[in-house]
Amino acid sequence: MKKLRVGWFTFTCCEDSTIIFTELLNTHFQEWIDRIEFIYAKVLQGKNTWKDMDVAFVEGAISSAIQEEKLRKIRALAKKLVSIGACACVGMPSSQRNTFDSSAKTEINMLLLRFQQAEWVKTIAQVVAVDDFVQGCPMNELVFLQTLNKYLKEFNII
Amino acid sequence: MHNTDFNLTLSEITKVEGAASLNLQIREGKVTKCQFAISEMKRFFTTAIRGKPIAGVPQLVARICGTCSNAHLLCSLKSIEHGLKIKISPQTLLLRKLLNYGLIIRDHGLHLYIFVLPDVFNRDSILAFDEKIPAQHRLLHDCFAVKETGNQLGIIAGGRSVHAPFLTLGGFIKLPEKNALLTLIPQLEEIRPRILHLIDVFLNCDFTLTQEVQFLALCDKEYSFLNGFIKTSGNIRFSDEEFSARIQRVDIPYSQATGYMFGNQLHMVGALARINLNKDSLHQRTRGDTIGALAKFPSHNIFHNNLAQAIEMLHAVDSSIDLIHKYSALPEKPEEITPCESTGIGIIEAPRGTLFHKMEMTAIGKINKGTIIVPTGQNQIGIEHAISDYVSLHINQPKDELAHEIEKIIRAYDPCMSCASHFLKIKWS
Repeated sequence: MKKLRVGWFTFTCCEDSTIIFTELLNTHFQEWIDRIEFIYAKVLQGKNTWKDMDVAFVEGAISSAIQEEKLRKIRALAKKLVSIGACACVGMPSSQRNTFDSSAKTEINMLLLRFQQAEWVKTIAQVVAVDDFVQGCPMNELVFLQTLNKYLKEFNII
Repeated sequence: MHNTDFNLTLSEITKVEGAASLNLQIREGKVTKCQFAISEMKRFFTTAIRGKPIAGVPQLVARICGTCSNAHLLCSLKSIEHGLKIKISPQTLLLRKLLNYGLIIRDHGLHLYIFVLPDVFNRDSILAFDEKIPAQHRLLHDCFAVKETGNQLGIIAGGRSVHAPFLTLGGFIKLPEKNALLTLIPQLEEIRPRILHLIDVFLNCDFTLTQEVQFLALCDKEYSFLNGFIKTSGNIRFSDEEFSARIQRVDIPYSQATGYMFGNQLHMVGALARINLNKDSLHQRTRGDTIGALAKFPSHNIFHNNLAQAIEMLHAVDSSIDLIHKYSALPEKPEEITPCESTGIGIIEAPRGTLFHKMEMTAIGKINKGTIIVPTGQNQIGIEHAISDYVSLHINQPKDELAHEIEKIIRAYDPCMSCASHFLKIKWS
């Protein structure tokens, strides 16, 4: 049976949408198990692969060059890419350091350098093309389900 | 073998909350480097809240962590209310306990069913459990039934199970409906046998790694997670105000998170510490149904953290049933807030252990300075020691098996990297 090949990726954030996603499994597991193949979902499985996928769900903001490179790799592998939750869609609250005054920026600068964090935190759409947005902090469950169902239909799974 | 030399790098540890990595170096048969690094990017919450109005801070700091969000929310409310001498009503306390019990069921459920059970059954994922094997079929369905009940308890008590919107300083902006909570009682009763089965699974699990550490937890006679005094396995008791003075900050240059020790000793917080120090205060019904499992405690086997979490889930179920019956849904508004220059401290037991918030506030109701110490920061050095101890004893184990065993050890601690990495490192005077 053909399944939707899905990746679930997380960058800089609190992973609240990942938690909502794992809670949605409580009531949707039986429905999704025959329809979705998780290519990459670190929260759910130990074996994750970098392969072509139908849809990449991407949570979190981008706060380093390494994260930016990883996101571009995901974009290249995914036919569709969905930005998940507030940090991915609008940057906040992960991008709150963008708004710090100069004294607070000076205070954190040493740590940004130590851990190779970028000067500015970016949204997903500031780095790659995004096909859909699921806003919310955490993500709006109904919009997520509508988006997932849209792709299940588009890829002829249902 | 004395001539064993190798490096082992785990760049992405899976089935944990957040991002972590490990660098291990073995030279001449000895562990010469063991660096457990929390690799989540910092988000500088304690810097971001400076100058923010106190009313908005609890909901903002809840965003430190998705899975522990309601623990941060409850701890932040407690710290600010302590500073402003706000006395919350018995009903508010009852509802906060209910919300927290929902969190305990949901969050321990995530850890035990989704992250740990695949190790017990040699599966890569809970989703790979075989429905044709009765034991796996049963646990797969238990997983979702139990987690959903905890999730629903959070949704009804707090408006949402993650970043609960009903809670505010001094009370609730919207009270949960009594009938909605009552409808959960059959569901709570229904998951009791499922959790008892989970307790049996972990009671019969032979994973073992003992560690000599001090256990530390907030203890009270109700095992409420939200109140009490701090106690250690060395029979030391101290107040909330003394906490930060007794915990020693340790800079870990390769980790995005700060480590902590109890003076010069390793300490561990979390379910194992709580059960070791306070098992007699568990709900009477829980104690009655878990006599065999409770006999394992006190324990220094870090894998018993899993068993302790399962017992706590049952305690959360039993306590929630009592609280729902007691809840009378009295119409009441949040207490009045009068800002003043003050310092407030809040300590609670988050699912993963003792959580500390200290807020210094200005006379016009803004945050001057905030300090937050999270459980995973406190357990981080202990995790490193546990890995090093295990590898030293199993130096000749094939690398892939060694890597798997190391991941099991890390998961036993149930670390939360999102919590641990989102602060500016602080210097205490």
